[in-house]
Amino acid sequence: MLDKNGIAKRIAKEVKDGYYVNLGIGIPTLVANFVRDDIEVEFQSENGVLGMGPFPFEGEEDADIINAGKQTITTLPGASFFDSATSFAMIRGQHVDLTILGAMEVSENGDIANWKIPGKMVKGMGGAMDLVASAENIIVAMMHTNRAGDSKLLKNCSLPLTGVGCVKKIVTNMAVIEVTTKGFKLLERAPGVSVEDIKKATEGHLIIEGDIPEMRI
Amino acid sequence: MINKKVANISEALQGVADNMTFMFGGFGLSGIPENAIAALVKRNIKGLTCISNNAGVDDFGLGLLLHQKQIKKMVSSYVGENDEFERQMLSGELDVELIPQGTLAERCRAAQAGFPAIYTPAGYGTEVAEGKETREFDGKMYVLEHAFKADFAFVKAWKGDAAGNLIFKGTARNFNPNMCGAAKITVVEVEELVPVGTLDPNQIHIPGIFVQRIFQGETYEKRIEQLTVRQKA
Repeated sequence: MLDKNGIAKRIAKEVKDGYYVNLGIGIPTLVANFVRDDIEVEFQSENGVLGMGPFPFEGEEDADIINAGKQTITTLPGASFFDSATSFAMIRGQHVDLTILGAMEVSENGDIANWKIPGKMVKGMGGAMDLVASAENIIVAMMHTNRAGDSKLLKNCSLPLTGVGCVKKIVTNMAVIEVTTKGFKLLERAPGVSVEDIKKATEGHLIIEGDIPEMRI
Repeated sequence: MINKKVANISEALQGVADNMTFMFGGFGLSGIPENAIAALVKRNIKGLTCISNNAGVDDFGLGLLLHQKQIKKMVSSYVGENDEFERQMLSGELDVELIPQGTLAERCRAAQAGFPAIYTPAGYGTEVAEGKETREFDGKMYVLEHAFKADFAFVKAWKGDAAGNLIFKGTARNFNPNMCGAAKITVVEVEELVPVGTLDPNQIHIPGIFVQRIFQGETYEKRIEQLTVRQKA
C-alpha cells in the first residue's frame, strides 16, 4: 500500500519531457517533488503563473506571488505571469499537456466528483470544472477508499459531478487504473497489494487481464 | 491625455448605491482592491451582488463586507476560507452562485469585449449547466454562459498613470485586467500612481480606455493567506 508521497512518486513517472502540467491541491502538489531532474517541465497554476518554483526561503515571501492554493511560491527562470482569462485559455485551449487532480469519487465511465458534498461541504469548484472539461490527459490522484472504507471507484458517482467521461487514468494507494469504455482496467498494483484486495476495494467494474505487475516506483 | 485621476476615494466611489452589482479583482487575498473595500465598509451600503473569485477571509477582503451583512449575493468559484460566509450561506441569508473559475474569467472578458455570451465546455453534464442552453460543436458539448452585467468594477493594479494605463505585478494580476471595462464604471486603485509618460507604452497591461477612475491607494496590508517557506540548507 502506498502513502500520499508514494502516489505522487508513481504519478511523477507519467510526467514527460516538455510537458506543461497543472497540479491540483493535495496529493497532486506533491508530484512536483518527484519529477526527474533530467527533463524539462513547467508547472502552471491557474491563478496566473507558468514556471512555478519551490516555496520561498523564510523572509523572501511575496504576497503578490502565490499559487492556486494561496501558498507563497517562487518562479523559475523563464516563468511568466498572466491574467485569469489567459490562464484558462491555456487550460480550455488544451495547451496544458497534463492535469493531475484529486477526487472524492470517480465512476467507471470516467465521471469525476470533487467539489461538493450536499449539506456538508460547499466550497466551490474553483478551476476544476474547466480543467476536467478540457484536458486531454487527466490523471486522478486519490486514496482507493474513503475514511469510512467505502470504494471511491464506483459504477456511478453519488456526489454532484465536476465533469463527465473525462478521467483517463487513476493512481491510488492500491493501484494504477486506466478508465476504458468497458470500465476500470487494472494496470498495476501497489507493493504488497493483491489483485483480490483491489477487487474488494473497487465497486465499479474492474477489468483484469493476465498478470498484473507490481508498480515500480 | 484624458485624465482619469480622481482626488480621493470618496470621489472614486461616487454613485455607488444599495442593491448594485460590483466586480472585485483578486485571487484569495492577492491583488484585492483593499482601499475600495475599506471605503465600501464605511459607507455601509447594502444588498450588494458581488462578483469575485473568492469571498475573502473572516476579517479581511470581502469578509469585511460580509461581516456587516452588506452582501446579498456572491458569484464566485471558490469560497472555502470563510466561516462567516458559510454560516450566512447555510442559514439562507446569503445567496451564492458558484461557477467554474474559467467561466467567471470569461464572463468578465465577454462583458469587456462586447460579447453577449460565450460557449464553454466547463460544467457540461453537471448542476452548473442545469437550465442553460447547450450546444454541440464538432462532437463536443458546450454550455452557453452570459456576459456579466455590473455597475462597478473595483480593480487593484501595481502601477498606473492618470491616463488609466495599468501594470500589474505577479499573480496579483489574476482577474483584475479581465474586469477592467467589464462594468459600467471601472475604479482602479494603484500602489504607485506615476506621472504620465513614465510608463513604457510597450509594457502596459491594460490601456486607459478601459478605466474611468484611478487613484493611489493610501496603504496596503497585502495579507498572505498561506505563508509557505523552506529553510535554508
